[in-house]
Amino acid sequence: MITCSCAATPPAQLTPAQWEKIDAIIAKYKDVPGNLMPVLQEVQEAIGYLPPEVQDRLAEGLNIPGSHIFGVMSFYSMYTWRPKGKYVIRFCESPPCHVLGAENLLQMAQEELGIGLNQTTPDGLFTLETSACLGVCEVAPAMQINEVVHGHLTRERFRQIIADYRAGMAPDYTTLTCTTYEISRYKQPPTDLVLLKNVGKIDPENIDDYLAAGGWQALKKAVTTMTPEQVVEEVKTSGIRGRGGAGFPAGLKWSFTRPLTVTPKYIICNADEGEPGTIKDRYIMEGDPQKILEGMAIAGYAVGASQGYIYVRGEYYLSKHRLAKAIEQARARGFLGKNLFGTDFSFDIEVRSGFGCYICGEETALIESIEGKRGYPRMKPPFPGVSGLWGKPTIVNNVETLASVPAIIEKGGAWYKSLGTPDTTGTKIYQIIGHVATPQIVEVPAGITLRELIDTYGGGMRPGSTFKFCQTGGASAGIVTAAALDTPLDFGSLAQVGGALGSGTMLVADQSVCVVDFVRAVAKFFAHESCGQCTPCREGTPLILRTVNRICRGQGTLEDLALLERLGAAMIDASFCPLGQTAPAPFLSAYKNFRQEFEDHITKKVCAAGVCRLG
Amino acid sequence: MAEPTLTLNGRTVAFQPGQTILEVAQGAGVYIPTLCYMKDTLPTGSCRVCVVEVEGARTLLPACATQAAANQVIQTESPRVAAARRMVLELALASGNHNCLICEANGECELQALAYRYQVPTPAFAAPPDTPYYFEDNNSMIVRDFSKCIMCGRCVRGCTERQVNDAIAIGYRGSHNKIVAKADKTYIESDCVFCGECVQSCPVGALLDKNAIGQGRSWERTTVRTVCPYCGVGCQLEVHVKDDRILKVTGADAVPNEGRLCVKGRFGWHFVHHPDRLTTPLLRKNGELTPVSWDEALDYVAARLTEIKAKYGPGQIGGWCSARITNEENYLMQKFMRAVLGTNHVDHCARL
Ligand SMILES: Cc1cc2nc3c(=O)[nH]c(=O)nc-3n(C[C@H](O)[C@H](O)[C@H](O)COP(=O)(O)O)c2cc1C
Ligand code: SF4
Ligand code: SF4
Ligand code: SF4
Ligand code: SF4
Ligand code: FES
Repeated sequence: MITCSCAATPPAQLTPAQWEKIDAIIAKYKDVPGNLMPVLQEVQEAIGYLPPEVQDRLAEGLNIPGSHIFGVMSFYSMYTWRPKGKYVIRFCESPPCHVLGAENLLQMAQEELGIGLNQTTPDGLFTLETSACLGVCEVAPAMQINEVVHGHLTRERFRQIIADYRAGMAPDYTTLTCTTYEISRYKQPPTDLVLLKNVGKIDPENIDDYLAAGGWQALKKAVTTMTPEQVVEEVKTSGIRGRGGAGFPAGLKWSFTRPLTVTPKYIICNADEGEPGTIKDRYIMEGDPQKILEGMAIAGYAVGASQGYIYVRGEYYLSKHRLAKAIEQARARGFLGKNLFGTDFSFDIEVRSGFGCYICGEETALIESIEGKRGYPRMKPPFPGVSGLWGKPTIVNNVETLASVPAIIEKGGAWYKSLGTPDTTGTKIYQIIGHVATPQIVEVPAGITLRELIDTYGGGMRPGSTFKFCQTGGASAGIVTAAALDTPLDFGSLAQVGGALGSGTMLVADQSVCVVDFVRAVAKFFAHESCGQCTPCREGTPLILRTVNRICRGQGTLEDLALLERLGAAMIDASFCPLGQTAPAPFLSAYKNFRQEFEDHITKKVCAAGVCRLG
Repeated sequence: MAEPTLTLNGRTVAFQPGQTILEVAQGAGVYIPTLCYMKDTLPTGSCRVCVVEVEGARTLLPACATQAAANQVIQTESPRVAAARRMVLELALASGNHNCLICEANGECELQALAYRYQVPTPAFAAPPDTPYYFEDNNSMIVRDFSKCIMCGRCVRGCTERQVNDAIAIGYRGSHNKIVAKADKTYIESDCVFCGECVQSCPVGALLDKNAIGQGRSWERTTVRTVCPYCGVGCQLEVHVKDDRILKVTGADAVPNEGRLCVKGRFGWHFVHHPDRLTTPLLRKNGELTPVSWDEALDYVAARLTEIKAKYGPGQIGGWCSARITNEENYLMQKFMRAVLGTNHVDHCARL
């Protein structure tokens, strides 16, 4: 007796041509280290799905146990072992889209398509799924159909898009200039741009444009006029703190790895950009990919690495496309490859893709993923700088961090340090999203206030709307109220007011948002994205969701709130990695700031914002 | 150089560099609970029941996976530790259907023991008892009841690290996590060779030796230590017996097998109680195999061998013995054939 058979699939009927394709992909990657993810991705692209027969073939061809192959596949949201529709619709349900009505739209999409969630239309055209944050929050509420994003969804727009696809007018993503908006649409700052200088101005698919804008000169300067130690020192002087969220000083990180004699060493550019509300790295990748490559090469020279990987989240098809093109062109012009600028420094870069998994943004989970495994974070120490990819010293830096490096080398660390605040030096790309009039990104010297960000760059609150709270830095950070509007947005200041700079995203919520319902959307995200390695987070994140759900339905009790506090404390203390350690933070800070609202849901069965259907 | 020391619950304890906090504590007689920890496999630090408080650390740290360091100040049962540990146990209990009444593991379950020790009842937030869980019972040896699985991963490490069979892995993500064979099929359809290591690794009642189900509680059984009767490796066994009947076999933690067994040693013992098993010598009398005494049988064999040797010569006699007897017995057999009967014709079946 077997009570459930989760993977039961009808036997696949593959044609000889399809098997040939599969075998060709196996042959292409047979000797590539960490080949499982790229092979699974290419085979799925070729065949549409990965049925058991194909898994068996891969197991044999790659000499990887079948159990391991399924373990890896089933970890990432975007793999499928069952056939799906020609177009897979991924509806974002993370907080930034949630506060703009994603839940109702999902309902609407099911009505329009006449199918339920995770079902396929009878004509085999559309499969409807939900997704964690797609990284396109400036156009929320949004969905992605295969490679292409569609934002600002309404019923009419959705209907039109579906009609277009049915009529065979699916856009080709490689022909788009960018995924959402061109940056020229946005309100520009009076200050000089460092990171976004070229974005929207040069052709990202033409290296000559980058060269004309002074590109690759910083690498030349580094390798021909500076020692690696001097490069590390310059980055240290700049004071730049990592832009991936944790704010660790990049120069310091490099200085730990530089003296290690272990070889080879690796540079990894973290382009996973999975933190809800975070959209910044995409603009650099789509608009100025060469700059990232140059930053990586300089990092490689500084610490003594000769190989780099860019780990791009799976949903960012255009970014992957642009980066791959950029690498090809940089290689052809001798900026990547062997003996750069006639020196004995060699450096090359490979693009690797995630496949629907937030935890793979955590640096050690990311490393596991590149190695072809499930994205389970590793114990630290050892830190990647000492023992990372394949056990070798590995520098993991965010896209924005690495893209800052060429300017630091060109103009000097002291110049960089003169920008921003003493706590957070340099320029920072902020993302202002949610209930502001004009969601956008903007690069300014670090440390502008939330008020200025909202009023100047967000165009103020949207019409008829008043500020209620802001979730700072991403889904795992605290919620701040109007009291924090004049806090400078840097690492230190935000931490002091119970927020976090994180990735620099600021999700603004107005009076239409019920804070309990908001916490529910956040809880959903974490329950969906917990890797499941450790007990507190694997079992705790869905428990937060279930409990908050109950409160939202008017079935909560005051004991539920006590449980959430006790659970939160244990998760902070006992979870394996920062995901579980911070997953309770949004609830805890929301509860601290809006205690009455939670209690009203329970004792008075009242949702002041009128969002929750109580009882 | 003097051995480094650390402070464990206020006591100064010396340790060897490279030891984990758990190992140091065990050496010092300080109890730290564990669930996912399994000797001789890489610690994963995943269940979090062994967390301890280390002064200066932002969070609690897993004792099983954290290296001891000089001058660490460690508390193993502080209020902060107790609160987190209690919640971890509550979450583990709530993650499945832990009704110990009819659970095979009752009495030897590590989760039950910890629930008792820390006095943690199944919490109110546990899923209702009728929640469906994966259940697999389609082979004659192993039952998988994931209503009891706490995702400690020990079965996977047993299968991959100790047995190197790689038949199972952790599959899916987050609370959907589940131990999977290839393509998430059943054991019998997978690469599983039914060594049963996973069953022996499981700290709870999620992987069961099918033959023993319902046959006797842990405290009703006695164990008999013996050697596997099959091949020449000579694995050490614990035979679990109730009322003179075998219920199951597990590997003893001793050389050469250190707990491991193969499918034959673990599951191939049914011949012991089989009605067809020979319990006396049989002698063919008037064309019928008839039970006789050992004396009668040996007298008959001795007489016939002597007779055949005298009439046809020793070269007409051959001896065939077994890999399932000991080296000493095999030695005696060839000695007997060569020295007593005077023939070189002796062999044995090294294959089973
Ligand atoms: C759950 C989680 C998700 C993360 N996601 C990302 C991400 O998408 N992008 C990123 O650059 N860093 C992410 N990080 C941070 C990385 O672990 C790492 O600190 C960062 O890439 C280091 O680069 P930096 O020093 O340049 O910021 C994440 C961390 C955690 C705990
Ligand atoms: S805290 Fe969550 S994400 Fe991190 S290891 Fe544990 S289960 Fe995985
Ligand atoms: S696995 Fe352990 S805790 Fe769970 S029901 Fe069985 S004996 Fe009880
Ligand atoms: S019986 Fe042996 S081979 Fe099969 S899953 Fe268990 S440990 Fe692996
Ligand atoms: S089946 Fe047993 S050993 Fe395997 S993960 Fe579950 S509880 Fe642990
Ligand atoms: S025993 Fe240490 S984390 Fe499980």
